[in-house]
This record gives sequence, C-alpha cells and structure tokens, in this order.
Amino acid sequence: MGILKKRVNEFPTPYTCVNAVKKGGIETKLSMVLMGFGNIVHGQMIKGLIYLAVEAAYIVFMVMAGVNCIAMLPSLGSVEQKEVWNEAAQVYTYTKGDQSILILLYGVATILLTFLMVCAWRGTLRSAYKAECLAKEGRHVNSFREDLKSLLHENLQRLLMTPPMVFIALFTILPLIFMICMAFTNYSKIGEHLVLFDWVGLDNFKALFDSGSILGSTFWSVLGWTLVWAFFATFSNYIFGMIVSLLINRKGTRGKGFWRFCFVLSCAVPMFVSLLIMRTMLQPEGAVNVLLRNLGLIAQDASLPFFTDPTWARVTVIIINIWVGVPYTLLQLTGVLQNIPEELYEAARVDGANAFQIFFKITLPYMLYVTTPYLITTFTGNVNNFNVIYLLSGGDPVTDVGATAGKTDLLVTWLYKLTIDKQYYNIGAVIGILTFIILAIGALLTYRNSKSYKEEGGF
Amino acid sequence: MTTGKMHSAKRKKFITNSAVHVILGVLAVIWVFPIVWVILTSFRAEKGSYVSTFLPQSYSLDNYIKLFTDTSILNFPQMFMNTLFIAVCSCILATFYVLAVSYCLSRLRFKLRKPYMNMAMILGLFPGFMSMVAVYFILKALGLSEGNLIKLALILVYSGGAGLGFQIAKGFFDTIPFAVDEAALLDGCTKWQIFTKITLPLSKPIVIYTTLTSFMSPWLDFIFAKVICRANSDQYTIAIGLWRMLEKEYIDSWYTCFAAGAVLISIPIAALFLYMQRYYVDGLSGAVKG
Repeated sequence: MGILKKRVNEFPTPYTCVNAVKKGGIETKLSMVLMGFGNIVHGQMIKGLIYLAVEAAYIVFMVMAGVNCIAMLPSLGSVEQKEVWNEAAQVYTYTKGDQSILILLYGVATILLTFLMVCAWRGTLRSAYKAECLAKEGRHVNSFREDLKSLLHENLQRLLMTPPMVFIALFTILPLIFMICMAFTNYSKIGEHLVLFDWVGLDNFKALFDSGSILGSTFWSVLGWTLVWAFFATFSNYIFGMIVSLLINRKGTRGKGFWRFCFVLSCAVPMFVSLLIMRTMLQPEGAVNVLLRNLGLIAQDASLPFFTDPTWARVTVIIINIWVGVPYTLLQLTGVLQNIPEELYEAARVDGANAFQIFFKITLPYMLYVTTPYLITTFTGNVNNFNVIYLLSGGDPVTDVGATAGKTDLLVTWLYKLTIDKQYYNIGAVIGILTFIILAIGALLTYRNSKSYKEEGGF
Repeated sequence: MTTGKMHSAKRKKFITNSAVHVILGVLAVIWVFPIVWVILTSFRAEKGSYVSTFLPQSYSLDNYIKLFTDTSILNFPQMFMNTLFIAVCSCILATFYVLAVSYCLSRLRFKLRKPYMNMAMILGLFPGFMSMVAVYFILKALGLSEGNLIKLALILVYSGGAGLGFQIAKGFFDTIPFAVDEAALLDGCTKWQIFTKITLPLSKPIVIYTTLTSFMSPWLDFIFAKVICRANSDQYTIAIGLWRMLEKEYIDSWYTCFAAGAVLISIPIAALFLYMQRYYVDGLSGAVKG
C-alpha cells in the first residue's frame, strides 16, 4: 500500500531543522526566538525582515484575538443573549451573547494559522542555517533579488502552487475540519442549540447507530438504499452503455456518426435541465401520463405513480439514470471496447458462439478486467450522486411520518436535507463522515489495484 | 449447395442488420424525444404547466419574449449576466490554477509532490457539499454574503477547489517527452519559460478542455449557488432561476418560459460540449487505461 509505506526521502539536504538546532551557530539559534535574525546577520536583509514581520504580525494577532479564540474552544461560549429593559430609552435592548458557531470557526482558523506559523518557523530556521553554512564555506549567499529570480526557475513550484494551495486551504480544508468538528457537538435544531452549543463527544454517532430510534432506523434504510442504488446505477449504465456502443460500432451498422450524435446530444444538454424536464414529464399530470391516457393505455383519470409509490420511484430513478448516464458511458467505453483483440471474437465465431455468448463470455469478462478502476470510481460517484436524486425525485416519497428522509433519499441528499432544511448540522456532519468512510474503503480497493498509482512518476 | 448456404447467410445478416437498426432507431427516439419535447414546449402558446394534450396545439414566440421582457419577478437577463460574469472570472482563475498545479506535479520534483497528490485524493472522497454550510459561514465571516459581493463569493467557491482537479491535465503533460524540456534547459531557458513558451503551446487541446470545463461549471452548478445566494434574488444564477420557475408558486405562469430558458441555455452548452467531445474522450480514456 503506497500511502502507508514509509516514505524514502527523495530530496536529501543538509539544511534541516534538526541540524540547525544541533550544529547551528549562535545567530541560527537566536533565529528560533527572533525569526529572521540569522538571515539579517548574513546579509539577507529583506528576507530576514519579512520573517521578522511575519513573527510580529502573528504575535500581535495572538495577543489581540488568537489566544482568546483558542481559549474559548473547549467551552464554545456560555453567555446567552439577554433581553434588557432600557429604562432611559423605553425599549428592550439586547446584550451581546456568545455565538458558538463563530467561536468554533475562529478557533479552527486560529489553529490552522498556528500550524502555518510553525511551518514558517521551520523555514526561517532552515534558511538561517543554510545562510550560516554558506557564509562559513565562503560561498555566495543569495540576495533577495536572486531569491525572487529563483522563483521562476529552481523554486517555480512555490510560485505556482502557493495560490491554489491558499484557496484549497481556505475553501476546502478549513470548512472540512470545521464540519468534522461539528459532528462532535450538539449544534442542531433539536433542543434549540442553534446559537450556543457544546461538545458532546461521540453521542451523535451513537444516536445514528441506535437502530431503536427513528433517526437510527432511517439511517440504516437510507444506507441500504444508497448501496443498492449505487450498485444498480453503476452496472445498468455500464452494461447498457456497452451494448449500445457495440451495436453502433459493429461492422454492419450504417450511419455510425448519426447514431452516436443522437445519444451524445442528450448529454450535451445541461444535466439539471434534462433532469428537471424528466421530473415534470413524469408528474401525475405530466406529459408521459397524458400521452398514455391519450393512447388509451391507462384510464382517463388514472396516472402511473412514478414518484408517489416507493417501489415505482426507486425503479424510475434507476431507469432515468440510465437515460442520463448511458451517453457518458458510451463516450468513455467506446475506445476501450475497440481495443479488444479481434482474434478473440473470430475464434469464438469459428466455434459457433452466438452474439449473447460472445458478449457474456468474452466482452464482459475482458471489460471487467480492464476497467475495474473505472467501475469503482463510478460506484463511488454514484454513492455521491446528488443531482439525479435531488432534482428528479427530491427523495420522495416520504412514507414514515416523522422520518427525515424519503424512500429514494441517498446519504448525500439526506445530508443536504438535514443541514439545509432541518438545520440538524451535527447529524449532517456525522453522515458526511460516514459517507467518507464508505468511499475511502472503495478508493483503497481502487488504488491498491491500480497500476497507474503504483507506477506513477516512475520515469 | 454452397450458393444456397451463402444465400441463407446473407439473409441472416440482412435480418440481423435490420433488427439492429430498428433497435437503434427506437433507442435514439427515446434519447432524443425529451429534448424535442422541451423544444416544442418552449414554443407552446397555451399557458399553464399541465395540459391535456401531449403536443402543443398552437405555436408562438411569446415564451421567449416574456423571458426577456417580464423581469419583475424572475429577472432572466440579469441572471444571465450574473452567470456570464461569474463564469468568465472563475474560468480565468480556475484554468490558471489547474494548469499551474498540473505542470508542477508533472514536470517538477519537490518534497510536497506526493503528499499533495495523496491529499487531493483524500479530499476528493468527502461529499462535495458536506462543507457547504461551513463555506457559507466562512464567506459570512469574510463579509462576502451580502449584495454584489455574493458574485465574488461564488467566483471564489467555483475556483477554490480547482487545484485539486489536476488529473486529466497532468496526464496530458506527462505524455510530452522530457527531452523537450531538457533541450530547452540546455539552451538556457528557465522553468517558467518552459512552462509558458513550450509546455502550454504544445498542450493546446488540454488548455481548451480546461478552459471550457471551468467556464461551464457555473452554468451547471445549482447547489452551491442556491446555498450562497439564499434569498438575494438579484444575484441568482441561471440554474437557480430555472429551478425556481418550477416551484409551486411560479410553475403555472412560468412553465413554458422554463422550457424556453432551458433551450436558450442548452444551445451554447451543447455547442461547447460537442466541440470538446474529442478532448473529453481522449482525457478519460487515458485515465481508464492506466
């Protein structure tokens, strides 16, 4: 397993933090307290001053706000907002109370900032030690201008990777940590904990796994349907897409381009548009029911319960998903299908196999062998398939009164409903974490088997 | 004897071929039918969401006219401009990020390279909008959740995760021979010059692909826009606008306009999609074969 294997250091350098502490001179050691000192001593004026400014800014921030933010984290605030009768003005005024959500956010952000500060601190130490060593050996110490120039060459990755990394830290990593923290609090509309909330440890996980409660039973049924859905959605698309692709690309078929265009056209239409169209067409008074009535296939006032009967709804979303997904499968699998060696087919035909036997004995096993990673990523994608369910059925129908999820809700759509509609933020976060665990298992299977990961970068 | 056998084989082939064409024809009708239906509905003259006839009885251009003139409740032209603005800005940022990250991961060797790729893989496993609520709180804390700043917020959100979607572009860069880079290095190029003057011009397809995908995502995204815009209807993007037209209070008067809007949006997106279809296939089949 590549991730867990102990990494061999590909980039050995003598200028490490440990060496700096062990062997560094007095100016290097002073840099541990006064960042940038070592650089200033060795003539890297601007670089040293920047480090110093960073340190000063961090200390000022911590004194002004940061320490307070971290100190509030364990309690998450306790001062309630109060209504006070203001005698002089004859109105009620509100005293400022604590808002746990902001305390949590600022606390997490401060911790992230502190982590960055530790990185900067290690950087200054290494840089000071490097400058000291170079000066001792009588070699050239880079000036600030030369440092900047190196950003375009030796250190290009720093220039190019920093802005995306900042965005990722701010809009992906910070929110994720924040959300994961929420899973361990009672931040929820249940019990009116929307302003002030506390840490509750693993209680939310326990509540979700307790199959006696309504939340627990909903969880297990949603999880079950999510896995069933992901299985059927993945394989129905896979097999159907392959059959269509084979039909289009077989020797005798005329007008290959035209057929392909017909299918691809439907995935050129934005997915939310086609899903919304499908939804309106399948309503009790929608176009499909009207068509069936006009054709006399169902009674004039009858309508097929596409989204009102649980079983109908589940089958409907899987079938619509075939409509949505097959064109994509077609695009992706055609190339691979054409790579199947022609000899295999010829040998089978000589032995008298018919089309079905050829498909199930040759095409399918070969494709399964070649496209396992693709299948597993599609499977995980389907576990997370928010659009199809939310725009199509919206999770309906809801049959159990009091349940927060309908019969076609997946874990992700349920997560959405719980957080956005119901404001059960903590339970939503727990579901997110559990979804991650399910997907991580899937991904581990993928990457363990994928050649591309093992051989990546083996030039 | 031989001719008879030949004849029956030919017959059989003819029957199979016709059967295949019939099946394909039926399938093609099923796939194209909803699209044709929505185009017809967009020209339907009768109002209302549910009618007793399947095909429109009379046709008119009113739906398109209403879409652009009736701006009191759902302001379609403004939504269109909002989305266009957001799409252009986030496209520029996201394209730069994707290409820069892909180039670094493909061509440069540095200490954080493997950890970065592992991190990207792990982050990709979390449900995308699990952090949506948290993102909203962060934007609120930054003061970006009101008025025109919502556009900036959406731009930041759409380009925020761009650095994680490097797989396809990196796969493409990997195929450019290293010898090209080495020759340029010998000639005294810096790595920045190699990136801008050699790698990018050599990778036109993937540059186009990246630009188009990042341009299209704001037109297609619906969830983030809805959570971040909330009730600020003047900041709505096309996707939320179309979705709202189907809500209970609007569906009766706006249903046919929804169809018209859907057609208008689908035309450019479909054109872009059909144009870049070949890059799409190339990029993905590379990933699948791996």
